[in-house]
Amino acid sequence: MVRLTRAIEFSTSLRCVHPDLSAAENEALYGPAARQHGHNYRLEVTLRGEPDPTTGMVIDLKDVQEVLEREIMQRFDHRDLNRDTPYFEKQAPTHENLARVIERLLLAALPAGSLDRIRLQPEADTWVEIAQPLPGAGA
Amino acid sequence: MIEVTRCYRFPAAHVLARPTASDEWNRRTYGKCANPAGHGHDYGVEVTVGGPVDERSGRVVDPACLDALFEAHVGRRLAHRLLNEVPLFAERDLVPTAENIARVVFDELAAPIAAAGEARLRRVRVVETRRNSFVYGEPG
Repeated sequence: MVRLTRAIEFSTSLRCVHPDLSAAENEALYGPAARQHGHNYRLEVTLRGEPDPTTGMVIDLKDVQEVLEREIMQRFDHRDLNRDTPYFEKQAPTHENLARVIERLLLAALPAGSLDRIRLQPEADTWVEIAQPLPGAGA
Repeated sequence: MIEVTRCYRFPAAHVLARPTASDEWNRRTYGKCANPAGHGHDYGVEVTVGGPVDERSGRVVDPACLDALFEAHVGRRLAHRLLNEVPLFAERDLVPTAENIARVVFDELAAPIAAAGEARLRRVRVVETRRNSFVYGEPG
């Protein structure tokens, strides 16, 4: 098996607020991140598979870029996560929750079984990862 | 004279739009950066000071002192804020472009740094993304 990683970057603003909590509770829970602020997110998307014997490619990077442009860049780049996207009406856009939204979008858009992991890096010293279990590895 | 550079970060949101201008002008001038809901960056700020080496300490500037000045005059005011609402921009009718951020940071830091010792602020570099950076001050 070969793993292949493509990275993109998008600039986004957000407020970490949970809709069921009061302003004071959100401030207590999320601190200054409860105010509108922003990040240059770096997203690394790792795909896995056996290279095609003819093309030598696991997947055509052109197709990957097209999916990332459509599913991620158009939705999130130069947007506000709370106001411009529908994903954070019932949850706060924490790094973890944004990564789960991205995971769901990419699982639906990429060829089945091709996603290996995503790594979402909002700051130079912070990132979250979600890895897909290998086939047959159990839950 | 030796120059010393120290790096800081602050995450902030902004909208590149002039409130008194038309939506059409803002969109034409600033493109996707004019999105009214905002967008944001992890701004990197490189603060460069220059001065003589203090012969006793062997230093141009005390990094802890520089850190405290940055936090008091810049970090505390800009981190986790919508920059358009920060008085440093709002009250001066400044669109918070990275160019203006560099000028504002320079202007806020120059006097306190000068008051703290021999070192003088030479320049400020604002790193907006990995592809964009902006320098204000004396050339290196």
